[in-house]
Amino acid sequence: MKLDAKIPEGLLAEKWTNHKFKINLVNPSNKRKYKVLIVGTGLAGASAAAALAELGYNVEAFSYHESPRRAHSIAAQGGINAAKNYPGDGDSIFRLFYDTIKGGDYRSREANVYRLAEVSNNIIDQCVAQGIPFAREYGGLLSNRSFGGAQVSRTFYARGQTGQQLLLGAYSALVRQMNTGKVNFHARTELQDIVVVDGQAKGIITRNLVTGKLESHAGDAVVMATGGYGNVFFLSTNAMASNGSAAWRAHKKGALFANPCFTQIHPTCIPVASGSQSKLTLMSESLRNDGRIWVPKKKGDDRAPGNIPEDERDYYLERLYPSFGNLVPRDVASRRAKEMCDMGHGVGATKLAVYLDFEDVIGRNGKNWVADKYGNLFDMYEEITGENPYKTPMRIYPAVHYTMGGLWVDYNLMSSIPGLYVMGEANFSDHGANRLGASALMQGLADGYFVIPYTIADYLSGNTGGFSDTSASEFIETEKGIQDNIQRMLSIKGSQTVDEIHKKLGLVMWENVGMARNKEGLKKAIIEIPKLRKEFWEDVNIPGSSNSMNTELEKAGRLADFLELGELMARDALEREESCGGHFREEFQTEENEAKRDDKNFTFVSAWEFKGVEKEPVVHKEDLVFENVKLTTRSYK
Amino acid sequence: MNVTLKVWRQSNSQSKGFFSIYNVSDVSEEMSFFEMLDMLNESLVEKGEEPIAFDHDCREGICGTCGVFINGRAHGPISGITTCQLHMRRFNNGDTIIIEPWRAKAFPVIKDLVVDRTSLDRVMMSGGYVSVNTGGTPDANAIPISKVNADEAMDAASCIGCGACVATCKNSSAMLFVSAKVSQYALLPQGMIEKKIRAQNMVDSMDEEGFGNCSNTYACEAECPKEISVSHIARMNREFFKASIS
Repeated sequence: MKLDAKIPEGLLAEKWTNHKFKINLVNPSNKRKYKVLIVGTGLAGASAAAALAELGYNVEAFSYHESPRRAHSIAAQGGINAAKNYPGDGDSIFRLFYDTIKGGDYRSREANVYRLAEVSNNIIDQCVAQGIPFAREYGGLLSNRSFGGAQVSRTFYARGQTGQQLLLGAYSALVRQMNTGKVNFHARTELQDIVVVDGQAKGIITRNLVTGKLESHAGDAVVMATGGYGNVFFLSTNAMASNGSAAWRAHKKGALFANPCFTQIHPTCIPVASGSQSKLTLMSESLRNDGRIWVPKKKGDDRAPGNIPEDERDYYLERLYPSFGNLVPRDVASRRAKEMCDMGHGVGATKLAVYLDFEDVIGRNGKNWVADKYGNLFDMYEEITGENPYKTPMRIYPAVHYTMGGLWVDYNLMSSIPGLYVMGEANFSDHGANRLGASALMQGLADGYFVIPYTIADYLSGNTGGFSDTSASEFIETEKGIQDNIQRMLSIKGSQTVDEIHKKLGLVMWENVGMARNKEGLKKAIIEIPKLRKEFWEDVNIPGSSNSMNTELEKAGRLADFLELGELMARDALEREESCGGHFREEFQTEENEAKRDDKNFTFVSAWEFKGVEKEPVVHKEDLVFENVKLTTRSYK
Repeated sequence: MNVTLKVWRQSNSQSKGFFSIYNVSDVSEEMSFFEMLDMLNESLVEKGEEPIAFDHDCREGICGTCGVFINGRAHGPISGITTCQLHMRRFNNGDTIIIEPWRAKAFPVIKDLVVDRTSLDRVMMSGGYVSVNTGGTPDANAIPISKVNADEAMDAASCIGCGACVATCKNSSAMLFVSAKVSQYALLPQGMIEKKIRAQNMVDSMDEEGFGNCSNTYACEAECPKEISVSHIARMNREFFKASIS
């Protein structure tokens, strides 16, 4: 298989403009002849559904939530990047592009990332026009703050609820189109599989989560915006229902899965407190603007933080990285925290935490100033831990947060199955091996508002439109396969709950495919995961039936996919014999314990082809070509 | 600690519901309320029984998916948080905890503690937006907005749409929810243009969906996990009144 990323010719800054001119259009009066199926209505899905409907396409949108406003995009706290350069501190489209490529450790495509930086400014304009109440200065203009991995202030924000406000903005555009009838929204409806007819994605099979009914939907293209797969680790900052099933089932139907091992571990999360913990909570990276990270210099120091004098504290990020200090990118901050704890400097009951201290900024600017900026985050922390962060430093530890890997897409965001598009966290395209803070919101909205509405026309214009034949044998066979699978799961009636097996998988993943990986551990994971898969299919216990609301059945279906996806992540991590971004192989590090890339041998995207559950997958390589940036060793010193 | 739960069980929207009693032991105070329910559900599954269905997702108080009545209060005994943010350290050993779904005509029960709140989406469809299409918008800094207005709009916009205001209101009114959206847009120049029609359409839709009227008890403000002020209701009433006389 030859991977064609379809990157346009020409100068970097002109590629997108030229491409938009060269690709085919669908004329305005013909758009109503086409139906687009959009799966997932978070930032990317809701914005795409709204934008396509505004253009005149008919849209069917699907979510397993009761409402598009529940998607996990809503939980993003800190902000959204754009190259507006409002503060006049030297930002530009090229600088945002450069920072994103560098932050991703040179494992993403130049053309995609440049386009992302280019449309970033349109996103802010769009959001303001929708009435999103971004933070403002007293003069009435928009306020910015800085984020990890950048030396300019380019992050727009709405208190600590930026994701919420952007999602509600996209949701408002979506409900407006639902009101016109151009979008038909299917609530509590989960994708079971995609349907490929004559080599093209022409439909989906869904399950109504209230009645259990399987339904076939036909259309002229399928767009997936189904989020990331961080919950493969069981504990992550993802919402409870976030899963990788839509992407995985498309993968099993032929869509290549790219860079599955690129996982982002976020440095500032509330540490695990007990064995019954169901998920982890993120504390926004924006806190690193004003909080200082430290550990006691003395190993195993059990004194309360306030009793440890200044000269016995190690502000290790400020010490190791004087120019970026506490604002180094996420992968670096996470790894250093783990290292400090591994060396015995960890704090709190479990010793798996470091301090994030606001004493200095409270002394400098006052408690009210801090409360105005971070009040909701401080309250959230106190409610969970029972400790007051105005008085005692927060305890934080890294946690799985985001997956840079995802379905492989070309420049048009089309997967290797013609007619199947993938957006947002579900695709692999823009963040390389590490995503910078405040870039997920940017990518979701870029894909939905400003990329897919153009690129999908190029594909649709080659079809006559109006495909609606759900009686085709492909639909009937696919639905039967799903039905059989559900019955098989329900009939096992074993001795373990879904969560019990999921926790075991999570542990294998965290220990072997987590923050630091090595050959031995990865090989172990490749042996252990199939064993757990076997355990699941022989011993899981799912009560209830398939024809009513059954939350255990929903969880089981998602876990079944994680039990396959996890193995691919380990295989990808094993093959990539270098360290880059969030992928840290212990065998490949510099003398200063920084990630050591191998540009000569690994400047490519790994795109995996599914060959069968118990068969070895095949990797295809898309070489990454850098014409505009020089590959350097990332340095944040 | 050990607690006794009285939980509302109902197989589907048609069937009759009832309270079931469960004793849950070995609850630690670090657990969240939902982790305690998870633990109970795990034990039910082990016994081959169907677990208690409840809505939840982000478990950090922002998605608005969760919400149950706990001992007669929406989202439980602590103000300013959602059910998923509630931790067991707020309870004592030996407590009996009564857990019920939101009860309102516009929120029919789907199963156990899960209710159907799509009525809120339909109210939003009737006008909860600024009518702009994608692209072709002016530069974001072209329209300065006073920080005071932007901040107040943000207060209103922080609504998570959980429905606690409706559930706690003796009239099952959605006035706080609807007014938060009307008020957010009425405070901003972008939303000002459609403010009359928006207020009218959203209020009409709210009535059609079977939400009740407001009788100014302020229970909604008291139970709102985002502490949204009833002053937004006053602003909506002004907008609605102005729209009806001009």
